Amino acid sequence: MVCGGILENLILKCLAKLRESIDILVFPLHTDSNMVNAGDMNGSGNLMDFLDEPFPDVGTYEDFHTIDWLREKSRDTDRHRKITSKSKESIWEFIKSLLDAWSGWVVMLLIGLLAGTLAGVIDLAVDWMTDLKEGVCLSAFWYSHEQCCWTSNETTFDDRDKCPLWQKWSELLVSQSEGASAYILNYFLYIMWALCFAFLAVSLVRVFAPYACGSGIPEIKTILSGFIIRGYLGKWTLLIKTVTLVLVVSSGLSLGKEGPLVHVACCCGNFFSSLFSKYSKNEGKRREVLSAAAAAGVSVAFGAPIGGVLFSLEEVSYYFPLKTLWRSFFAALVAAFTLRSINPFGNSRLVLFYVEYHTPWYMAELFPFILLGVFGGLWGTLFIRCNIAWCRRRKTTRLGKYPVLEVIVITAITAIIAYPNPYTRRSTSELISELFNDCGALESSQLCDYINDPNMTRPVDDIPDRPAGPGVYTAMWQLALALVFKIVITIFTFGMKIPSGLFIPSMAVGAMAGRMVGIGVEQLAYHHHDWIIFRNWCRPGADCVTPGLYAMVGAAACLGGVTRMTVSLVVIMFELTGGLEYIVPLMAAAVTSKWVADAFGKEGIYEAHIHLNGYPFLDVKDEFTHRTLATDVMRPRRGEAPLSVLTQDSMTVEDVETLIKETDYNGFPVVVSKDSERLIGFAQRRELILAIKNARQRQDGVVSNSIVYFTEDPPELPPNSPHPLKLRRILNLSPFTVTDHTPMETVVDIFRKLGLRQCLVTRSGRLLGIITKKDVLRHMAQMANQDPESIMFN
Amino acid sequence: MAACCGGWARLCSLLAFAALAGLGAEAKNSEDVRCKCICPPYKDHSGHIYNKNVSQKDCDCLHVVEPMPVPGPDVEAYCLRCECKYEERSSVTIKVTIIIYLSILGLLLLYMVYLTLVEPILKRRLFGHSQLIQSDEDIGDHQPFANAHDVLARSRSRANVLNKVEYAQQRWKLQVQEQRKSVFDRHVVLS
Repeated sequence: MVCGGILENLILKCLAKLRESIDILVFPLHTDSNMVNAGDMNGSGNLMDFLDEPFPDVGTYEDFHTIDWLREKSRDTDRHRKITSKSKESIWEFIKSLLDAWSGWVVMLLIGLLAGTLAGVIDLAVDWMTDLKEGVCLSAFWYSHEQCCWTSNETTFDDRDKCPLWQKWSELLVSQSEGASAYILNYFLYIMWALCFAFLAVSLVRVFAPYACGSGIPEIKTILSGFIIRGYLGKWTLLIKTVTLVLVVSSGLSLGKEGPLVHVACCCGNFFSSLFSKYSKNEGKRREVLSAAAAAGVSVAFGAPIGGVLFSLEEVSYYFPLKTLWRSFFAALVAAFTLRSINPFGNSRLVLFYVEYHTPWYMAELFPFILLGVFGGLWGTLFIRCNIAWCRRRKTTRLGKYPVLEVIVITAITAIIAYPNPYTRRSTSELISELFNDCGALESSQLCDYINDPNMTRPVDDIPDRPAGPGVYTAMWQLALALVFKIVITIFTFGMKIPSGLFIPSMAVGAMAGRMVGIGVEQLAYHHHDWIIFRNWCRPGADCVTPGLYAMVGAAACLGGVTRMTVSLVVIMFELTGGLEYIVPLMAAAVTSKWVADAFGKEGIYEAHIHLNGYPFLDVKDEFTHRTLATDVMRPRRGEAPLSVLTQDSMTVEDVETLIKETDYNGFPVVVSKDSERLIGFAQRRELILAIKNARQRQDGVVSNSIVYFTEDPPELPPNSPHPLKLRRILNLSPFTVTDHTPMETVVDIFRKLGLRQCLVTRSGRLLGIITKKDVLRHMAQMANQDPESIMFN
Repeated sequence: MAACCGGWARLCSLLAFAALAGLGAEAKNSEDVRCKCICPPYKDHSGHIYNKNVSQKDCDCLHVVEPMPVPGPDVEAYCLRCECKYEERSSVTIKVTIIIYLSILGLLLLYMVYLTLVEPILKRRLFGHSQLIQSDEDIGDHQPFANAHDVLARSRSRANVLNKVEYAQQRWKLQVQEQRKSVFDRHVVLS
């Protein structure tokens, strides 16, 4: 397993050269005054450097730390100014500046292409592997059931799913297709395939990329707010997440692929932004690209480009400048177009459950729609509470020590209970598609087993309401059982150590509830069309009630109840259905479900998981209404050790190193002297370490007794003293300060809006203390009577 | 090695998938296009499904339903109930996608078996003979750059592709181990 082949060398060399040329074109930051390019990362670009670990230089961040948004922004402005001023010098510089401006659009194009391609691959592979659990196509094993029977002429009207080319496992192995033994054999093989897929998935995740588990959206929200999780958006995570997503969706578990597709798209965004130094060296700019990539992810998951952009704006992103809006839209469109050209569903549609009916709805139907909204809100609350309790138990007790076993047990339970019920045996997307569709005269499913009038001569899309046949009643109680099962099993499935999304199961729960309510209302209207409510708008022989619409409204309500999305949810739903007439029912249900769910708890599922994990996420939606002041939150408190500061020109290198070793603070304020604690600036720990290490290696005469000074000119020193060390370039001369009587409301606002990491507190110009983001979060948690010790990271 | 193999696999899949979009647009097998008409039961005729390979503008009941089961005057009433849809697919895209996916899955499985089963056996045999034994449990202290300096120091002394690849693989393994610890053992991230 050695990559020593000639071809590989060639390709790696080509990649390195490509990378080098792209970097030259977009003008790396070699002369930035704030940075010391301690490692020659981008210069030579030869084969060895490709394999080397990148030497961390000043200006990068450590893992699990927060970035400094202000500094990133100022670095980007510096870079841009430099390029603009240089562009006047020569034509080549001018072209370079144009290429730099266009690099953003190139990145968006590449992200859209890759995200669309991966989504198409995932869809095609899921389609095939889901059917693999039940049987196999004899003529060409890579065809799913529908594709296998595509060219067959032996499909009949009653048995339109059967064709001789596709055989179930029992037919293949024991040549029997009906009967108890065939059923049991099919059942057994279904369970075996499901277990096999789930076991493969969790093993791959465990061995190659542990960050590939879960939905990804809570972590991406935190990353976009300024947190660093190295490796979360890496290449191995991308590969493993794509491969295992197909496996887990095909195994029949109650999860969806939308959340993981957002993670996949963000990994693509991270990959392409690392090719351009404009984005790879600036964490703030990189997050703009990631916001756009998240929009592309939702766009291919739902076939909803506008909904994707709004989802990125509302749910995922932290800072969303307007320039990102247009670029996100571009990325989402390119992704949707790429997916469409791969055409995974054979009918030029992007999503499996695209419906096209346009039957009108009536004002009196708003009442059941609002009821569905209430159901959605209640279900959302129930789900969030139970799931968080279960995840907390998984985190703290022995249950968390057996992730592989847990996945296998849950898969076994899901497969065993899901197989007998035809509505849970098939994949959840197909279930939703069937529930959304209206019953024409041509449907052969049990759900559409209405009693037809044989003399009827209406065209296919204007069938009046009909009484329900026995098939519909069977379908109703099967759906009820499926609903209860899905509600229970999703609570245990979401959060396991496999890629798992939440959108499809929530929509399935809502669609099942909605369809049942819709059929109920339809039958009520048919049998009692002389009641007052029905009399005006529902005459016998007219097509009044569309149960498919109720399913859609139910799906929107449940999804809104769990994620607390508002505008993006409505836009996604009507882009899914193509029916602008249905905006009002969708909005009514979404608003109702959000109100009902907010009455029980303010957090959606993603915020709840962020709190569970203790990520330092300062939510923009929270309001801080307490009357505390900055002195109440700042460190050091009364009775604590005094603040560790650096002085302007009276500490030696050894003192500084001791200070760094003894404490683990992220940064140190620099004051004039210990007596007059007037503030000069702020120095980051990482940069101090690097600068001192650099100086000891490279500069002559710097020893442990050398004085460290932060001023412009070296201080007065006695003769024969060692060479002093100037560290002014790593000093931030404009740290953010507030006075001690600043209300915490303002301080929280400043942290939120500017993305600060720390803020210094002064009184009459003298430094009093420091407030970090962690302190702010702990204070907010304390005020909300939560456990302040649950905020874990820096 | 793992970094470059991951990148290599990535490049491979990217190129293959990028070709798919082009392939999908061009390859129109005659079998990949059809017009499907579903006609429900009418009077005493049972329901039937008709498939025919016609273009999109000819995709209606009159062109596809052959032979017409009902006599002349009833044709219009029969055809009014039939629903005709034009569908196309790309069988080449499906075939290439599934085969590429299965090969990537197979490669990953082989590599996983190698990492979990074969490599520890090989290491036990080579114990004490090779300097490449960096035990996977030896993380040492968590100072940010301690490992990096070790790796870089060694790599500068032996600028050899094989050793570079080996150290890249070791670095990758350490990273994955760290990730595994945070996710599976300490439940710090992604609970």
